[in-house]
Amino acid sequence: MAAHNLKHALFCAFITVIISYPILGLNLIAQGTSVTLEGATTATVVNVFLAAVAVFLFQLFRDNIMGVFGRVPNLNPLAKRGPVSQEKRLLMERVFFVAIILLALVWPFIVSRGAVDLATLVLIYIMLALGLNVVVGLAGLLDLGYVAFYAVGAYTFALLSQYFGISFWLALPIGALLAALFGFVLGFPVLRLRGDYLAIVTLGFGEIIRILLNNWTTLTGGPNGIGGIPDPTLFGMEFGRRVKEEGNVSFHETFGIAYSGEHKVIFLYLIALVLAIFTLLVIRRFMRMPVGRAWEALREDEIAARSLGMSRTAVKLSAFTIGAFFAGFAGTVFASKQGFISPESFVFLESAIILAIVVLGGMGSQVGVILAAIAVTILPELAREFSEYRMLIFGAAMVLMMVWRPQGLLPMRRIQIELKEQG
Amino acid sequence: MLEVQNLSMRFGGLLAVDQVSVDVREHEIVSIIGPNGAGKTTVFNCISGFYKPTGGKILFQGQEIQGKPDYKISRLGMVRTFQHVRLFSKMTVVENLLVAQHRHLNTNLFAGLLKTPDYREREKKSLERARYWLDRVGLLEMANWEAGNLAYGQQRRLEIARCMVTEPQLLMLDEPAAGLNPAETKELDQLIVSLKEDYNVSVLLIEHDMSLVMGISDRINVINQGRPLASGTPEEIRQNDDVIKAYLGEA
Repeated sequence: MAAHNLKHALFCAFITVIISYPILGLNLIAQGTSVTLEGATTATVVNVFLAAVAVFLFQLFRDNIMGVFGRVPNLNPLAKRGPVSQEKRLLMERVFFVAIILLALVWPFIVSRGAVDLATLVLIYIMLALGLNVVVGLAGLLDLGYVAFYAVGAYTFALLSQYFGISFWLALPIGALLAALFGFVLGFPVLRLRGDYLAIVTLGFGEIIRILLNNWTTLTGGPNGIGGIPDPTLFGMEFGRRVKEEGNVSFHETFGIAYSGEHKVIFLYLIALVLAIFTLLVIRRFMRMPVGRAWEALREDEIAARSLGMSRTAVKLSAFTIGAFFAGFAGTVFASKQGFISPESFVFLESAIILAIVVLGGMGSQVGVILAAIAVTILPELAREFSEYRMLIFGAAMVLMMVWRPQGLLPMRRIQIELKEQG
Repeated sequence: MLEVQNLSMRFGGLLAVDQVSVDVREHEIVSIIGPNGAGKTTVFNCISGFYKPTGGKILFQGQEIQGKPDYKISRLGMVRTFQHVRLFSKMTVVENLLVAQHRHLNTNLFAGLLKTPDYREREKKSLERARYWLDRVGLLEMANWEAGNLAYGQQRRLEIARCMVTEPQLLMLDEPAAGLNPAETKELDQLIVSLKEDYNVSVLLIEHDMSLVMGISDRINVINQGRPLASGTPEEIRQNDDVIKAYLGEA
């Protein structure tokens, strides 16, 4: 055992050195037209050596260290309490939702404009994660190209407004429905696929959409993106300083208040909030309906589900379509918030982050997913001080999370059903 | 009710089932027995639509069903259990029974969202049916347990209850007694007979437990190496020389 650990630790330390020495130690210096290679400074060499020693020691005593880590949750007084009763848990969940919604409502009036903007982004991610939760968490279909539907929603609004001058409110359902259509269409080729294969096909689909947007320059403007996407209006009232469209009036003049750029930000935030709540409630309802149970049944055992008369086609397509629908929602809001979109915003990393939110939150658990969406969006912002290391910190946080709570922040709890006594 | 005529199933060079015929009439328990690897489960898979048979006909209520998709066959009123229990193990016991009654699945997306009275009525009925069957198989206490946490015998019973809530006409049980202790087997025995007597369900049964098969079957079909070997009443089968040879080997 010890010998094995020693060998493993030596190997890890060795790898550390050969990876970090060239990356940190060697520098390419441009001198005129030629490039010269500069060796490492003594300080770097010492640091690399220290890092190797640290890796060596960690790997050598790995079992002991992880053992200590494993005991840490026991310090948490909440870890040992018994299961909470159904009514109490539902009540707690309700209180949680009401509290968070109340906080969300007063939020824009107590914080700075930047914080409201960030909160809007959080809400968009909540919508995306709740939608993906249907596909991955409930139906168990690993979708790595989810961002494609988000892009469809965003581009639908951008293109419709650019070519036909269609407003946000009309584009919202169109964008969502078009994204749903894309989800439906993608559903067909992947019907027979499961697990890894499905993941790869969806990954490919996501990339196809992005590359298409990037290269169809005549329509989408390619990498230059589309700008000048209009802001949403409130019953024909615009939020700009001057009215852009004829027949509209401006918000600040109607109410006789001074113009402020914040009105628009707050208004967008409130729209995102309403849509996020809508998403939450609709999906919550679905989960308690036959269709939601069918998703889970398909995840649990496809053969048994089919033997009971469930059509694999209908169940899978409904999951894909409904998931995509909410991504389309989020996309439309995103386009309106940014005012400018380009394929840059819809890269694979986005899909990965949304998936990470679902997994971190706890597959299938709505409260968990919302908490995770807040954490994942805000953490990188808080970690800005660490500049280039923030992604590193983000990654480390995820690894630790998966070590401590592989089931997610708040794993899904089954709904208990009261069966009436027979009269 | 169910007529299987000259069913054949070929996997590449292997003829797993060769010219097997089985028929089940109303109000009857019919068993298929045979040594391991005889092709019994393959016959089941063909009937329930998991495999597309390479030859022969399958008629259910006079309608040809061979080659139809599995979910359509089960909607006709013919459901099965599996050799290795297949429950939705992360869902609760009661949810397992609700899932099975999803016939209002596709049409009612909006009715469900809006909770129309019609939808509530259906939901209430399926809950009542679930409750009834849980009581019937003695799992009412565990209604809100995760199905995967049940004991093996309870899982077997739940699987049967899950079939029964779909109100089938024909129930196909693939080795329901496998892994049960003698007391549980006896309970199962009574349950199957009661399904036939009290709920008027016909049963097609694959089983190794001879006491169970001989006790409750109206007729028995024996298959050996994919071919039909004998068929008849339990008494006839017990005295059939071919069957004895196939089971005990030639002296």
